[in-house]
Amino acid sequence: MRAEHAELSTTVDAGNSPDPATIRTEDLRARAGSVEILKGITLEARRGEILSIIGPAGAGKTTFLRCLNRMVDLDPDLRVSGKASLDGVSIYGREIDLASLRRRVGMVFSVPVPLPMTIFDNLAFGLRLADRSPDLRAERIEAALRAAYLWDEVKDRMNEPARNLSGGQQQRLCLARALVLAPEALLLDEPSSGLDPISTAKIEEALQQLKTDLAIVLVTNNVKQAARASDRTSFFLFGEQIEVDVTERLFTNPRDARTADYISGRFG
Amino acid sequence: MRVMIERTRIAGMFMQSLSGLACAIIVAMVAIILGNVGIHGLDRLSIGFLTRAPEAGMTGGGIFPAIFGTFALVLLMTIAVIPLGVATAVYMHEYAPRRSRAVHLVRLAIQNLAGVPAIVFGLFGLGFFVEFVGRGLDRAFYGGRLVYGQPAIVWAALTMALLTLPTVVVATEEALRAIPQNYREVAYVLGATRWQMIRRVVLPQAVGGILTGGILAVSRGSGEVAPVMFTGAAYFLPELPTRLNGQFMELGYHVYVMTTQSPDVEATKPILYSTVLVLLLLTFALNFSAILIRARIRRRLRYAR
Repeated sequence: MRAEHAELSTTVDAGNSPDPATIRTEDLRARAGSVEILKGITLEARRGEILSIIGPAGAGKTTFLRCLNRMVDLDPDLRVSGKASLDGVSIYGREIDLASLRRRVGMVFSVPVPLPMTIFDNLAFGLRLADRSPDLRAERIEAALRAAYLWDEVKDRMNEPARNLSGGQQQRLCLARALVLAPEALLLDEPSSGLDPISTAKIEEALQQLKTDLAIVLVTNNVKQAARASDRTSFFLFGEQIEVDVTERLFTNPRDARTADYISGRFG
Repeated sequence: MRVMIERTRIAGMFMQSLSGLACAIIVAMVAIILGNVGIHGLDRLSIGFLTRAPEAGMTGGGIFPAIFGTFALVLLMTIAVIPLGVATAVYMHEYAPRRSRAVHLVRLAIQNLAGVPAIVFGLFGLGFFVEFVGRGLDRAFYGGRLVYGQPAIVWAALTMALLTLPTVVVATEEALRAIPQNYREVAYVLGATRWQMIRRVVLPQAVGGILTGGILAVSRGSGEVAPVMFTGAAYFLPELPTRLNGQFMELGYHVYVMTTQSPDVEATKPILYSTVLVLLLLTFALNFSAILIRARIRRRLRYAR
């Protein structure tokens, strides 16, 4: 009943009441030539929760993620249609500035990619691009490192090459590097695919702390990770969203047989 | 059966010794050239030879103006060719859309440029830079007075820059290709514009390759004669070039002049040997430093990966 109420009020004053969704897509499609990679995805990511996207390889999970910060623009063969918005403003609108969009929607890749420079320069990279004054730089970097559970490990090594860090530390560095820019949403593309369980746990713990301030979309190949780390889960299959639900419900009582098959490991 | 095996064995031995001989010939040729130049060239090589101007109709004195002229030429050439070559490579690799027809055309043009004989560059430089651009400048700014419309070091340097352009473009492109695509993506994800991405990630990573290309261009440029003989190199000019539109002496051209124009061949010969030695040493030194730089960069890249 309460939920219905909330639904109603948003439709009534859509103009001035804030949309609970940070990122919202409606019938989002992507095609490369004649191949449809995304076949109309309607999904929203809200502040305060982690949305995970699961599905077998080739389901379009990564493409979907890259649509949300327009990294798809780098691939000239991809055509995107449908709606996607960030805080109610169309991501594909004419007036959007790509650089500031990407600062507002952070991204972490499946492989940690520290830039070939020091740990500090990696963290300051985005701030320098944005031309933010260096006054708060150290403060913001420290806050981001603490949020990524990395501060204690690197606070005395800031001038070392980032490559000296272990794989797990590198990935947390990448997370911190995105957080320095104070994004409103965070996209993670299989962030722990190559990491040991301890590093994975640290990242998941960090995400739990972070979700109060930003919307998190977590693409994962690991069904168990989705089950334990996310609040809502969406299941993609061959470019379609089969279903999306509260994580607990999706895993205990999936509506679609294909979802049940996938989460129980019968295919994919 | 036995005979056949024997025959195959002999054929094999024959081919082995033949290919070995081919290698030996190459080594011998290099040794003879270097030995000959080294032995005869060392006689005259001295501080005085390196610091004085030619005297007595090229039968005495040193080659300082030619050394200086070569350095000045190569410096001006580098200033022209590096920005042009790097910009071309960056456009082709970073800006142009993939599989673009324009890039295909540019690449074809560069490959063809690399195949053009040096003497053609010389004639082109004379026709285009000296006659067309130079005369045009004179008409536009100097009321037709002869200022830039004559062979000059600036035109020789620009001609040489065209000749070495393919080297720089190819080396830079190679360097750009070696940069992991991931780095570019990270820069974009952190809010870089394309230019910021190029300036802060791509170019710093490509510096080694660009330097290698530059040095290879320099070592090529310092040894070429044909492009400068119509466009600015002087037959004999004891003063050093002080203005962009001045003429200059150049080592390679000096060798050519001494070989063909000397009034006293026997007296010129030792000077000729020493000049050739200096030219060779200069070129080797430049090549060697290119190799060193490349090796250092490779080590750094391995470490970064």
